[in-house]
Amino acid sequence: MSARFKQLSGHTLFWPLLTLALLLVANGIFNPGFLALQWREGHLYGNLIDIVNRAAPLILVSIGMTLVIAVRGLDISVGAVLAISATVAAWMIGGALVVDHGVTTAVTRLPMPVAIAGALGVALACGLWNGLLVVRAGMQPIIATLILMVAGRGLAQLIGGGQILTIYYPPYFYLGNGFLLGLPFTLFVVAAIYALTHVALNRTALGLFIRAIGVNPVASRVAGIRARLITIGLYMFCALMAGVAGLIVSSNVKSADANNAGQLLELDAILAVTLGGTLLTGGRFSLAGSVVGALIIQTLTSTIYSVGIPPQVNMVVKAMLVFAVMLLQSAEFRTTVRGWLVRTERRA
Amino acid sequence: MKIRSLLLAAVAVLPLLAACSGGKSDKGGADRPITLGFSQVGAESEWRTANTRSIKAAAKAAGIRLKFSDAQQKQENQIKALRSFIAQRVDVIAFSPVVESGWETVLREAKAAGIPVIVTDRAVDVTDDSLYTTLIGSDFVEEGRRAARWLIDDMKDRKGPINIVELQGTVGSAPAIDRQKGFHEVIDADPRFKVIRSQSGDFTRAKGKEVMEAFLKAEGKNIDVLYAHNDDMAIGAIQAIEEAGLQPGKDITVVSIDGVKGAFQAMMAGKLNATVECNPLIGPQLMDIVKKVHAGQTVPKRIIVNESVFDRSQAAAAFPSRQY
Repeated sequence: MSARFKQLSGHTLFWPLLTLALLLVANGIFNPGFLALQWREGHLYGNLIDIVNRAAPLILVSIGMTLVIAVRGLDISVGAVLAISATVAAWMIGGALVVDHGVTTAVTRLPMPVAIAGALGVALACGLWNGLLVVRAGMQPIIATLILMVAGRGLAQLIGGGQILTIYYPPYFYLGNGFLLGLPFTLFVVAAIYALTHVALNRTALGLFIRAIGVNPVASRVAGIRARLITIGLYMFCALMAGVAGLIVSSNVKSADANNAGQLLELDAILAVTLGGTLLTGGRFSLAGSVVGALIIQTLTSTIYSVGIPPQVNMVVKAMLVFAVMLLQSAEFRTTVRGWLVRTERRA
Repeated sequence: MKIRSLLLAAVAVLPLLAACSGGKSDKGGADRPITLGFSQVGAESEWRTANTRSIKAAAKAAGIRLKFSDAQQKQENQIKALRSFIAQRVDVIAFSPVVESGWETVLREAKAAGIPVIVTDRAVDVTDDSLYTTLIGSDFVEEGRRAARWLIDDMKDRKGPINIVELQGTVGSAPAIDRQKGFHEVIDADPRFKVIRSQSGDFTRAKGKEVMEAFLKAEGKNIDVLYAHNDDMAIGAIQAIEEAGLQPGKDITVVSIDGVKGAFQAMMAGKLNATVECNPLIGPQLMDIVKKVHAGQTVPKRIIVNESVFDRSQAAAAFPSRQY
């Protein structure tokens, strides 16, 4: 094995990127047309575009989750917060379709900027609640956020009156369906948020602080880092990401479904973060890794749909693929395999 | 153990409660309102919401005390709800099962407690028929057949092969199984038709859209017909078809089941071709049966709701009178 390869494979992003590349290549071989991109209706069209578009909410939530996990936290309420945000936005924009002499017009309850601000405000409040429970009340993060995970959907249903809220306001649909320069608008939202977060982490001391808190919260506080404030802030950021994801999801399907929106999102986000090489024990994290992790998960889902696997065994196939991916990513497993290979080589 | 002690506690407390309310502890007490425990699937679609509203309103109008529980599409929640109804000694239990199988134990418990059970909307798969009193709801197999018949009639002048993609409901649920069965029964007899893709869209718009996107990428212009097990999935899929630059209703014929308002709007816009009605407004009929069952009268084992098929020509006329 050359030194160059060793150096390359030592990079955090190497294995996640390799996994994603393998998945896409395998799809390209066994599933002709999967990688094809076309120009249709003034925008790019193809499975790859779908994957990016569909993965957008998961990417955002994974970015938030990465930072929470980096300070030894966990937020399992993201799915519920997504549902709350989606429902609040849908409710505030309103679902009145007035039919007047055969002419249908969409009527909003509140202006769209107010609705978006309202939804994100509620999401931030959810994050503050989580942060306070963890930092001030000293609860274990998984339990503290479990409260909102369970109660949040109830809250969302309360807002929506237990119904799916349909949105009849075309300008709102742009967020989740629109195209800018031939690419999905969500891609730009994700890129902007990723860039901002990256700058905040690397051009200020914030990244260093987060790593310090993750490695040793007590020592970092003694050293003068405002660990509690930063931790609360990160929970709020994570919830905000879930809130933006909620806007995208509700805009994409033009409705808000309090029961099903963002279901099991927390697990997918944790999986994405792990696939990206972030340690669940805190301290070491990779934002880019989480983005790649989220893309891997969505590629798996899209693969299952386009290969034509019978729906009854969907879950099993997905689990097996995730299992294989996790094995590939495990440094320990790779060492073991290398050990076997070396031994068989010697014997031969 | 826990349930048994709960039951015991409930039984012990019951006479006290009854004594407070005037000493009428026997079941047929005329001035005591009937208590109905109802366990709903969830709020996964507009159809379900209308179903819930109808049941709540009808219970109120009939003077029946309703204990309503939402299972959020999980069988374990529903079994828990049924057990709590048994522990609370409600007079009648009604429920709309999330999936077909796995109800034997809890229904036996209800039978042992002497509480009649009415199954609504979806069927249960049990070996012993006496475990439930009656099944009130739509005939899903027939709905599947109707969708297929409409399609064959609509396509009678077209030459084969006609490629169909199918969006199935929640895997294992009665409507998904039966709507697939009924549809295939009829469509398989016509050699022009072929179902080329079939995948679950979980009865939701988001999944319907996501799966349809993948179908469109995989099959492209080969798709002639979309058959969705409910309107919401079709509405999601219609968005996917439009985004692919095709015209739903024209390039791809779309037929779905339920007849919710959203489907009528889609038909008026020319994007959906037909919807097979599946009437959720069973509240009044259900309350009637609850009263009959409670009074000890015999009711038929299977009660079917009145339903029809709507296409685009009837959509505008029927829209104002649609309640769900």
